[in-house]
Amino acid sequence: MSQLSDVEASAPLGARLRPRQISWAWVGVVPFFTFALLFLILPTLYLIVGAFQDADGNFTLDNIINLFQPSIISAYWVSIQVSAASALGGAAIGFFLAYAVVLGGLPAWLRPTLMTFSGVASNFAGIPLAFAFLSTLGRTGLVTVLLIKYFDFNIYSTGFNLLSFWGLALTYLYFQIPLMVLILTPALDGLKREWREASAILGASSWQYWRYVALPVLWPSLLGTTLLLFANAFGAVATAYALTGSSLNIVTILLYAQIRGDVLHDPNLGYALALGMILITGLSNGVYIWLRARSDRWRR
Amino acid sequence: MTRARFGPWLAIVVGTIYFLVPLIGTFEFSLRLRRGEYSFEAYRIVLADPRFQATFAYSTFLAVATIVVGVLLVVPTAYWIQLRLPRLRPVVEFITLLPLVIPAIVIVFGYLRIYNSSSWLPMTASERATDLLLTFSYVTLALPYMYRAVDTGLRAIDVRTLTEAAESLGARWPTILFRVILPNVRVAVLSGAFLTFAIVIGEFTMASLLDRPAFGPYLQLIGANRAYEPSALAIIAFVVTWACMGLIQVFGRSTRGAAAPH
Repeated sequence: MSQLSDVEASAPLGARLRPRQISWAWVGVVPFFTFALLFLILPTLYLIVGAFQDADGNFTLDNIINLFQPSIISAYWVSIQVSAASALGGAAIGFFLAYAVVLGGLPAWLRPTLMTFSGVASNFAGIPLAFAFLSTLGRTGLVTVLLIKYFDFNIYSTGFNLLSFWGLALTYLYFQIPLMVLILTPALDGLKREWREASAILGASSWQYWRYVALPVLWPSLLGTTLLLFANAFGAVATAYALTGSSLNIVTILLYAQIRGDVLHDPNLGYALALGMILITGLSNGVYIWLRARSDRWRR
Repeated sequence: MTRARFGPWLAIVVGTIYFLVPLIGTFEFSLRLRRGEYSFEAYRIVLADPRFQATFAYSTFLAVATIVVGVLLVVPTAYWIQLRLPRLRPVVEFITLLPLVIPAIVIVFGYLRIYNSSSWLPMTASERATDLLLTFSYVTLALPYMYRAVDTGLRAIDVRTLTEAAESLGARWPTILFRVILPNVRVAVLSGAFLTFAIVIGEFTMASLLDRPAFGPYLQLIGANRAYEPSALAIIAFVVTWACMGLIQVFGRSTRGAAAPH
């Protein structure tokens, strides 16, 4: 270990006098913690503290109370709905896709293909994704045009609009489904063949197997990943901004406008807006991390 | 199992349609610039646009800087945690997950307040300093992926034996870290690096709010002003993402110990 203690060469003199008594090992992680403090924790704390202060720095709850005005509440609500719709849809479809390649008895090559594609698609987000959906389902997009041309069916006459709630949720599915596939496939692999065989020997039907064996094992993964997808959509800015501009009132767009130009005319209210977002994503991610720890129990 | 395979096939077919149609639609749209014929005119215009070249080069540079800073930050930390401070592992893991909990827009909002030009550390006062701040913000964004990749790589090798072997041969710690540990987690580091590249190259929120001329804000600008060029850019972005993920697969297959992105 003597060579390793070169890391501690910068330690104060006292350490060199009695090198074995006090461990200076923690010095090795100082850069990491300094970085995390400066660029992750302090900026967030600043906003959290600011949410509870007025313009002069005195403690107040007014900012939190002011969040409950109709325009802000509706922004949060639309965000929650879009995130929930895309998370539930992504979780359901992602589950079926993962199930199909893991347990569906399909050709073996489908699985690596799906996994590779999911890796790409889960990272194909942001502005290019908005462009892709605009050129597919926008007013002059390929699908829209083809449907009019060959089926005389205008999806826009049904009230559908890509630049709206359902359009945004449909677009978000493009990265939500692959994320679900990537996280859930290992969990489905964890369903041991013996469990299925044992339940079959005991006379269980397929439904009973899923209801009493597979789902109780899987539900922490399923629920946890759904919450992760929710937080993932909730914090997204770029796709929504490029797709709908400022026409759809969601909380990230509102915060973006607030940071750019103080549209709320109250900087501290902006901090409270950010605090509300941290609470929502923090809560759903916190439960996700907790559920993950639970689901890992079955993977040994 | 000889049960009906209708359901699984249906899932795959529906999934394939959902994922391929937007790509086909985008590609078709990008070829429509000239009236009445398909052409690659939109790509030619985009690729010849000096702003495209400048912003793409800028974002590429930032991505490389992010990877370098990220590797220098994460590899020694993960190594040290594994070797000497396993008790701190939960704390470090929790911190590396924070960027998934705190939305990027909130983090950059905090930066703008803490590091504004009248603060104790005015990182938004000059362009170079803001570039540095943007790089650090990207390191933050990539932290969950980079740390998980490197940590998985480190768990797959025997860190303690390697360290002791290097020590008994007289290696000092920079040698141990850069010539013993790093080459052994090369695949993990590379997969983290390509994932970081894919995340950073088109990132919009942070670059836009820090007001730097990156590729993401350029995409937004073109999207708001042009008709066919955005589709061409989307295809280019998709190819870049695909290349990053493909490289992860290529390197991951050649050696074992590769880390999954999520």
